[in-house]
Amino acid sequence: MRMSKIAASLALASMLACGSALAETLRWSSAGDSLTMDPHAQNEGPTHVLSHQVYDTLVFRDQEMRLQPRLATEWYISPDDSSVWEFKLREGVSYHNGNPFTADDVVFSINRAKHDNSDMKGLLTTVVEVSKVDDYTVRMRTDGPNPLLPNNLTNLFIMDREWAEANNVTLPQNFKGGEETHAVRNANGTGPFRLVSREPDVRTELVRNDEYWGRDVFPMEVSRIIHTPISSAATRAAALLSGEIDFLLDPPVQDLERLNNARGLVVRSAPENRTIFLGMQMGLPELRTSDVKGKNPFADKRVREAMNIAINRDAIQRVVMRGQSVPAGIVMAPFVDGYSADIDVVPAVDVNRAKALLSEAGYPNGFTVTLACSNDRYINDEAICQAVTGMFGQIGVRVRLDARSRSIHFAELQRGELDFYLLGWGVPTMDSHYVFHYLFETRSERGGSWNHTGYSNAEADALIDAMTREVDADKRAEMVSSVWSMVQDDIVYLPIHHQMLNWAMKDNIDFPVQSENYPYFKLLKYNK
Amino acid sequence: MNTLTEKSKTDSLLARILDSDIFHSFIRSPVTVVSAIVTVVMIVAALSAPLISPHNPFDPATLNLMEGFTPPMVANEFTGNVYWFGTDAQGRDIFSAILYGSRVSLLVGFAAVGLAAVLGITLGLMSGYLGGWVDALIMRIADVQLSFPAILIALLIFGVFKGIIPPAMQDQMAIYVLILAIGLSDWVQYARTVRSSTMAEKNKEYVQAARVIGVPAPLILLRHILPNVMGPVLVIATIGLALAIILESTLSFLGVGVPPTQPSLGTLIRVGQDYLFSGEWWIVLFPGMTLLILALSVNLLGDWLRDALNPRLR
Amino acid sequence: MLAFIIRRLLQSILVMLAVALVSFGLFRFIGDPIHNMVGQEATAAEREQLRQDLGLNDPVPLQFARFVGNALRGEFGLSYRMARPVTDVIMERLPATLELALISGIGALALGIALGVYTALRRDGWLSQFIMSASLIGVSLPIFLIGILLIYVFAVELQVLPAFGRGETVRIGWWTTGLLTESGLKSLIMPAITLGLYQLTLIMRLVRAEMLEVLRTDYIKFARARGLSDRAVHFGHALKNTLLPVITIAGLQIGSIIAFAIVTETVFQWPGVGLLFITAIQFVDIPVMAAYLVLIALIFVVINLIVDLLYFAVDPRLRVQRSGRGH
Repeated sequence: MRMSKIAASLALASMLACGSALAETLRWSSAGDSLTMDPHAQNEGPTHVLSHQVYDTLVFRDQEMRLQPRLATEWYISPDDSSVWEFKLREGVSYHNGNPFTADDVVFSINRAKHDNSDMKGLLTTVVEVSKVDDYTVRMRTDGPNPLLPNNLTNLFIMDREWAEANNVTLPQNFKGGEETHAVRNANGTGPFRLVSREPDVRTELVRNDEYWGRDVFPMEVSRIIHTPISSAATRAAALLSGEIDFLLDPPVQDLERLNNARGLVVRSAPENRTIFLGMQMGLPELRTSDVKGKNPFADKRVREAMNIAINRDAIQRVVMRGQSVPAGIVMAPFVDGYSADIDVVPAVDVNRAKALLSEAGYPNGFTVTLACSNDRYINDEAICQAVTGMFGQIGVRVRLDARSRSIHFAELQRGELDFYLLGWGVPTMDSHYVFHYLFETRSERGGSWNHTGYSNAEADALIDAMTREVDADKRAEMVSSVWSMVQDDIVYLPIHHQMLNWAMKDNIDFPVQSENYPYFKLLKYNK
Repeated sequence: MNTLTEKSKTDSLLARILDSDIFHSFIRSPVTVVSAIVTVVMIVAALSAPLISPHNPFDPATLNLMEGFTPPMVANEFTGNVYWFGTDAQGRDIFSAILYGSRVSLLVGFAAVGLAAVLGITLGLMSGYLGGWVDALIMRIADVQLSFPAILIALLIFGVFKGIIPPAMQDQMAIYVLILAIGLSDWVQYARTVRSSTMAEKNKEYVQAARVIGVPAPLILLRHILPNVMGPVLVIATIGLALAIILESTLSFLGVGVPPTQPSLGTLIRVGQDYLFSGEWWIVLFPGMTLLILALSVNLLGDWLRDALNPRLR
Repeated sequence: MLAFIIRRLLQSILVMLAVALVSFGLFRFIGDPIHNMVGQEATAAEREQLRQDLGLNDPVPLQFARFVGNALRGEFGLSYRMARPVTDVIMERLPATLELALISGIGALALGIALGVYTALRRDGWLSQFIMSASLIGVSLPIFLIGILLIYVFAVELQVLPAFGRGETVRIGWWTTGLLTESGLKSLIMPAITLGLYQLTLIMRLVRAEMLEVLRTDYIKFARARGLSDRAVHFGHALKNTLLPVITIAGLQIGSIIAFAIVTETVFQWPGVGLLFITAIQFVDIPVMAAYLVLIALIFVVINLIVDLLYFAVDPRLRVQRSGRGH
């Protein structure tokens, strides 16, 4: 194995004169597999991870979360019209099958992603028209000024129009048709790796695209990638410990110490763009799972405050998360525009005051409620819920825990059936508005689609709506900050922590963690 | 086989037991004596868990998260408390959790075996005594079910009930569903054994005689036939108990068993195995050992019982 | 004979229908499949539309009739999760499970018979006693625990065997095999042991009990009296007569092995249909779950039929008194 690898790399090194020419196979694993190769069919992390290797986007976020050029080299708001974005495209790029990349492909791909079958359309709702200016310039018109549009494009992959037409995949995969489309298991991107073989949930193999436009820009040291998903946490750790894989995207937190201490392995960490919190139904006249009848304890802000100061976030960080989290006082990650440490204040634990607040609110003996929790979505989600259950017990709030699989949890949450629930929220656009729009806006046709708390604040709603059209950065920042102070003051959610990301790998691999949890393997380097 | 006249003699029960072949064989087998003692001790300990366990692992309000992952016999760095078997991720005392967990496991095991036995014996008696289409129907169902492994049947039954019971009730109902799932998956053996014994018994003179003098069928079955088929049933039940306990833990491992808020031994192992590689070995080791010792003792008892009741093997 | 076969066939069809009903009804009501198909941001109207399009709002009997009709044509629709035809996915995964089941089954049978004969003949030897006790420990440990312990010892600590997967596989037609590569064979060892251990102990105990039984019969005594060697008596007469029930049980255990493969495949991440089933349960992938249950039922029914016919062919007594059929 070792011998053949060296022999192969020597052979290749003599063949290729330029660039890094080592033949390195990267075997890696994660709990879940990509759901489909169709890059617009699923807006979901593990699916994007694979798409990012095979396809390119117009822009992407580097390891420091800065927006970087990819297929677009420049982008700016049109000087003539503040509702139009112009993108200059990279020239001389070709697809894996040799087709050239042009503006037509971008127009095609954006429209494909906007189609009803697409799961990515939510990110493009403001885009009303995409047009080609010339072969390497594209214009996107939005329904009003949208200064943040490029933020929404980091997972919008560009497909080859010609290939899509030839293979009858001009529309994204849809489950209604009852047929498998060509794009589900085949791919033709401009990306740094090309798909060689794929057995879903078992094995996916990619090889380096030596014609890649960024061949000399990025390290591109990995020549072959083999991905084998492993759902069992213990087995995943065992596979890395036994040397069967080189890189583990999601090592179990309890094994981090062992993995880091193991000879030849290292764990790299970075804060993730995701906050874990609890939501309380405060809009109903009466909770469905409580022994309190005729009134809703969560409607009383004193109760919410008592709950907030009953949570020992440091203990959760220390024991449940093994230090792999940042206790939070606000439901947005530190990367997000509008974040400042001043408003992310972790409430101090005060059991006595919490009990006093409950008495004041008319619940001297506490009350019962059911906390619904996923057990396979976030890091140690079930353990977090068990821990807070105990903490609420100490102030007299008797919580019954209902931990279940994410498919059931999110279905019930979406139907608005939960009184008290766990949720995690990431902010792909890096902007506070995304959080407001989904989590705080009054639930209606227009927004608040993940606001299952019943919280409704007309003043905040008006500001949230106005900020989408505000072009003056300072004024907008002020609006963002005032919405945050309103919702923080109302204690709409009980933040727990910001998640940390850990990637475990062989120690000869130099690969810093990307905070959206997207490993761009073209950036991976080996220590020589 | 005993004859009718011997049966009617009423000796003192204790004297009869002490004098029986079975008792002698029991006393002569030290392994059996030890496993019997272990089984009884574990059952008593599980039954009296609320009295003897140092903590109540089901009361979340008494848990201190900062005591999580305390190793066995080592003082916790924040509270100074010492736990015999250490604590788990939530700071729950493993020893108490095992006592309560065995309670759940034994409850599920005994209840499932009881259900399977009652169902199997009833159907077996009916099948053997009535014969005809009743027999044919019951035995065909038994054939069909026997061809499906218990674990799959249990998964199916579990799934059906998951669909019927509203999600909010599922945690409370989980134990009953589990009992039903395991019990219903295991009645066939009883039915088959009882049926064949019944068929042999029903043509004996004493049964014929009882029938002639007009004793009703249920009474004949209960008074005359049942006592004669209890031996093999006891053997099946004992081994079935061990199987049920293991099946329960396997289902819990697959995530369809009892919820972690009311853990059985299987759930404790499922949760604990996540910590096997990270150095917190005690979380999985002690529940695992308890399960092994419990299942082993019961299996040994069953093994001995089978040999003891089958004189030809002695 | 013909009547018997027809009866068994009819019975099998009834079983298949019952299983189809169960597998359809069972998973029709668990979880919400819609949620897995659409992203977090889909609106309620979009969800309802998809529900309508998938036929999830139709009357349940209609949905069932559609299900059976499709199943007969080998069509179980598209996996909700993978957007691929379920039949394709299952056929891809089946070789892995069948290979594992076959290897562990054959191993369990061979070793089980050998150990069973040995422990029957040397009833009081210390090795026999040891084997019997060890086998009890084997049946007293849940198989997932055995698997985890094996991984811990041989993959993590000793690092001699792979912890997961099937290793390199070779494609022969539509079949993929791991039996032709070194890594494939190495990957097979621990899962096969884990899966076969229970069957091994079962067969061993059965062979032992049957041997002891047969050794007491008159004709063995006659054989000895005729002056036949121990060897001839044990293997020529005794073992031959114990094999009938052993074959029956072994046949029935194939089904059990495939079912328990769910657990083994979960522990070892073995890419077979069992793992597919568990993954499908987690994602509420109804078509995959339904197809799996129907497939497993089909395998069981076929095995049962074969075992019955074999029994019929092997045991002449059964041809005379049909009604006394028993195991």
